Amino acid sequence: MQFMLLFSRQGKLRLQKWYVPLSDKEKKKITRELVQTVLARKPKMCSFLEWRDLKIVYKRYASLYFCCAIEDQDNELITLEIIHRYVELLDKYFGSVCELDIIFNFEKAYFILDEFLLGGEVQETSKKNVLKAIEQADLLQEKTETMYHSKSFIGYKKAY
Amino acid sequence: MPAVSKGDGMRGLAVFISDIRNCKSKEAEIKRINKELANIRSKFKGDKALDGYSKKKYVCKLLFIFLLGHDIDFGHMEAVNLLSSNRYTEKQIGYLFISVLVNSNSELIRLINNAIKNDLASRNPTFMGLALHCIASVGSREMAEAFAGEIPKVLVAGDTMDSVKQSAALCLLRLYRTSSDLVPMGDWTSRVVHLLNDQHLGVVTAATSLITTLAQKNPEEFKTSVSLAVSRLSRIVTSASTDLQDYTYYFVPAPWLSVKLLRLLQCYPPPDPAVRGRLTECLETILNKAQEPPKSKKVQHSNAKNAVLFEAISLIIHHDSEPNLLVRACNQLGQFLQHRETNLRYLALESMCTLASSEFSHEAVKTHIETVINALKTERDVSVRQRAVDLLYAMCDRSNAPQIVAEMLSYLETADYSIREEIVLKVAILAEKYAVDYTWYVDTILNLIRIAGDYVSEEVWYRVIQIVINRDDVQGYAAKTVFEALQAPACHENLVKVGGYILGEFGNLIAGDPRSSPLIQFNLLHSKFHLCSVPTRALLLSTYIKFVNLFPEVKPTIQDVLRSDSQLRNADVELQQRAVEYLRLSTVASTDILATVLEEMPPFPERESSILAKLKKKKGPSTVTDLEDTKRERSVDVNGGPEPAPASTSAMSTPSPSADLLGLGAAPPAPAGPPPSSGSGGLLVDVFSDSASAVAPLAPGSEDNFARFVCKNNGVLFENQLLQIGLKSEFRQNLGRMFIFYGNKTSTQFLNFTPTLICSDDLQPHLNLQTKPVDPTVEGGAQVQQVVNIECVSDFTEAPVLSIQFRYGGTFQNVSVQLPITLNKFFQPTEMASQDFFQRWKQLSNPQQEVQNIFKAKHPMDTEVTKAKIIGFGSALLEEVDPNPANFVGAGIIHTKTTQIGCLLRLEPNLQAQMYRLTLRTSKEAVSQRLCELLSAQF
Repeated sequence: MQFMLLFSRQGKLRLQKWYVPLSDKEKKKITRELVQTVLARKPKMCSFLEWRDLKIVYKRYASLYFCCAIEDQDNELITLEIIHRYVELLDKYFGSVCELDIIFNFEKAYFILDEFLLGGEVQETSKKNVLKAIEQADLLQEKTETMYHSKSFIGYKKAY
Repeated sequence: MPAVSKGDGMRGLAVFISDIRNCKSKEAEIKRINKELANIRSKFKGDKALDGYSKKKYVCKLLFIFLLGHDIDFGHMEAVNLLSSNRYTEKQIGYLFISVLVNSNSELIRLINNAIKNDLASRNPTFMGLALHCIASVGSREMAEAFAGEIPKVLVAGDTMDSVKQSAALCLLRLYRTSSDLVPMGDWTSRVVHLLNDQHLGVVTAATSLITTLAQKNPEEFKTSVSLAVSRLSRIVTSASTDLQDYTYYFVPAPWLSVKLLRLLQCYPPPDPAVRGRLTECLETILNKAQEPPKSKKVQHSNAKNAVLFEAISLIIHHDSEPNLLVRACNQLGQFLQHRETNLRYLALESMCTLASSEFSHEAVKTHIETVINALKTERDVSVRQRAVDLLYAMCDRSNAPQIVAEMLSYLETADYSIREEIVLKVAILAEKYAVDYTWYVDTILNLIRIAGDYVSEEVWYRVIQIVINRDDVQGYAAKTVFEALQAPACHENLVKVGGYILGEFGNLIAGDPRSSPLIQFNLLHSKFHLCSVPTRALLLSTYIKFVNLFPEVKPTIQDVLRSDSQLRNADVELQQRAVEYLRLSTVASTDILATVLEEMPPFPERESSILAKLKKKKGPSTVTDLEDTKRERSVDVNGGPEPAPASTSAMSTPSPSADLLGLGAAPPAPAGPPPSSGSGGLLVDVFSDSASAVAPLAPGSEDNFARFVCKNNGVLFENQLLQIGLKSEFRQNLGRMFIFYGNKTSTQFLNFTPTLICSDDLQPHLNLQTKPVDPTVEGGAQVQQVVNIECVSDFTEAPVLSIQFRYGGTFQNVSVQLPITLNKFFQPTEMASQDFFQRWKQLSNPQQEVQNIFKAKHPMDTEVTKAKIIGFGSALLEEVDPNPANFVGAGIIHTKTTQIGCLLRLEPNLQAQMYRLTLRTSKEAVSQRLCELLSAQF
């Protein structure tokens, strides 16, 4: 995988993770182009598209789009499930995750992603193991109350 | 489960984020951010030392501001300070900042590396994990220099925790991708391979990714991974869905790992029989499972299951050796073509494209033609329709070409603008490739221009003209058809171009019919003249002067037109010059001279279709090339002759037979401005490419080009954004002459243009090359020629290198290519009867005289293509000599100055195994060896 972007329906970037070295300028250009392309697509269209020399795999969860760029020989369907597993991990960690959780706890979203994917490859697919690693890290931190909650997006049933 | 602690009490950060979210306008947001930046800056610069918590909070705020899309140019030092904190949360935020925001400030990298080194040595798995994540995220060369030696040790050490092993494996993978030269291969590699047997599936998953990437570049070193991967895969696919506990995903056992293992196996050819049987069982199990009823209605279940299935099909296609599996794969994909899930239809179309190029499954793919055509008509998603077009193109052969071309043409009328040009190119290629009847070809191209004239690029109409010129059986029909098409009140300018050119050459063939008399032809063309652009008008003027030669009776009419002020005093220099010169030519030249100057265009020499090149460029090299090449090889000679070169407008105004044989003038004008740094222009390629070094390594792709010239003498040797190098060569006995054409594709001069021929010390005694220097200035759009005289003194192996240096717009350019002067060029064919052949064959039975090579076919095994290649190689092709009619035998003599070497060759194809055995017998071992190498690479 070359990069992963999370952005809202309004086109606001919520998370970006790059697995190839690119300049900031190039990253911004790619982001702009892709957000536009993906947002312009209709709901029933397929989740894959060719873009430059890459394949884009994306899926929408409630208000948030998850979008991955993979290379020619990479597997589209398994990438779609990478996205889903990441959403499940966020959901389990935050308890019915929503866009606001990712905005206010962006650093956590990064830590979870790093436990799951490293260098653009799947590192650990077991939900239990990923969350155990994150929880262990959390034990090293002081506890605070959670402050923000709104509509969850994993419970949101897709029309499949 | 207890509520997980979220956030770590950075109230200030949460407040700041809320503030930003409450901003009503972009301006308000920027104002708030600037205020915060000023605050943080003063805190960082202040006299009072900040505690760890505050530092962490501010660094986090900076990170948030950066993620909003603003530039951050400070705070790096504070982040580095956090790295060395002993408090986990501070360290973690420091690492995150570095991972997201690192820049190549070398001073900082040293400090970061220092902190990483300490954490790696800490033996604290959490700290080690953070450090490894950071390396894997940044992956810079400096980090590779510092850690590429260390990480393999961490990876294979017996006491390393599983989670650290996983991170170490992927970290190493990232470093290998960026700086493979810095990752030392060694003892650790065999231990890494054995991680495929690890009990912890997470470790196996991470290790498989690493091994796959390493194996792609070092297949020999990692070949033991094949049997381990097969047995691991076998255990997974036969396991019950609960066996793997948390590694089962929606009832599918370890789908990610399965996909990775199947991917690893695609780095290798089919394994030995024992392992192969087990693998075939695995693949069959996967195919069988696809037919079972789903264990869950969730889309995740079917996605994960089908992800494995598609990867298995990729492997089956890659091996391309089990007809049974290939046909099953094809049937499975056929089912998906009509699946209700759009994603599956898309992937099935995509995957079938590759199946279509396999001999075994081509026919099976063809049975789905109706479904695919239907997809083209009914799919609502343009990206799916695009796949359908690709598949129709891939499954096309002579039997279904008329149907597919007709369907594509009719789709073109309503196709999305974004894919029209590509469809036009594809139709043009298919129509040419599979034309049995050239009237059909001409009709198809004219239809293309009628339906999608704006999307018909220059290459397409050049090509139709090349073909009409090279095939005299279609010229009369072409003239008649364009004449009729031009009758339409509104026709596309491209049609005027084709019509103008064809009537100028072959209008005489239809002039006998009073309905298309010379004057009517002329009036028809001239009625379009004023609506056309300058280049088309220039072309029409050339047609008019050709008419003066073809039809003396219309000469006065044409002279009147040329003489009119709108021509003779046209503001456009090119038009004015043509009018003046043609008028003068028509007045002073005798009929004989006119007939000579305006003689019919000579046939174009062999050259790859420029349309094909354009399509490849459009689709990117990785996606089309292989399929294209194989398909093209298969169809060589279907058209009954060599592929001609593109015509060009300049050739029309100066119809001298040698002016533009290589069609260099036909290259579309290069875009203004500096070209991208690398030829391929792909997004990531640009980023990875190094800046130009002083000594150019051989140009990418030059190996392929070189191989292409072994069996032919003319064509394009090299081409990039700036420069095209064409070759025309001839050889007789031990002498040869090569014309090298350098074409400047830009509109700017090349200065200090210096081509140098380099023969290595080993080569020099065997090959004499003589040439004269060329003019150091090459004007924009110009072509210069260099002649090389060649003498083969004695047999040789290496090839000379052509190194070119020049200045283009202030930058120094350096290109090196191998010059295709190979030993076989000095072949003289020898015909002999069966009896003689075998007598000589026996005489050369000394083991040193024979060289044999058994190899897998790289191209489809087509008898006609093979024959053409053997003849192109230079030896005689001896028919009815070998008792087995499927075999090919050849004979010839290599001429060198010092000696002559008789050569016999025999090529035995094995269609079943897709293999060849090539045997060379000559009187000299080195010659047998070299000829065998050269010829083996051709099939």
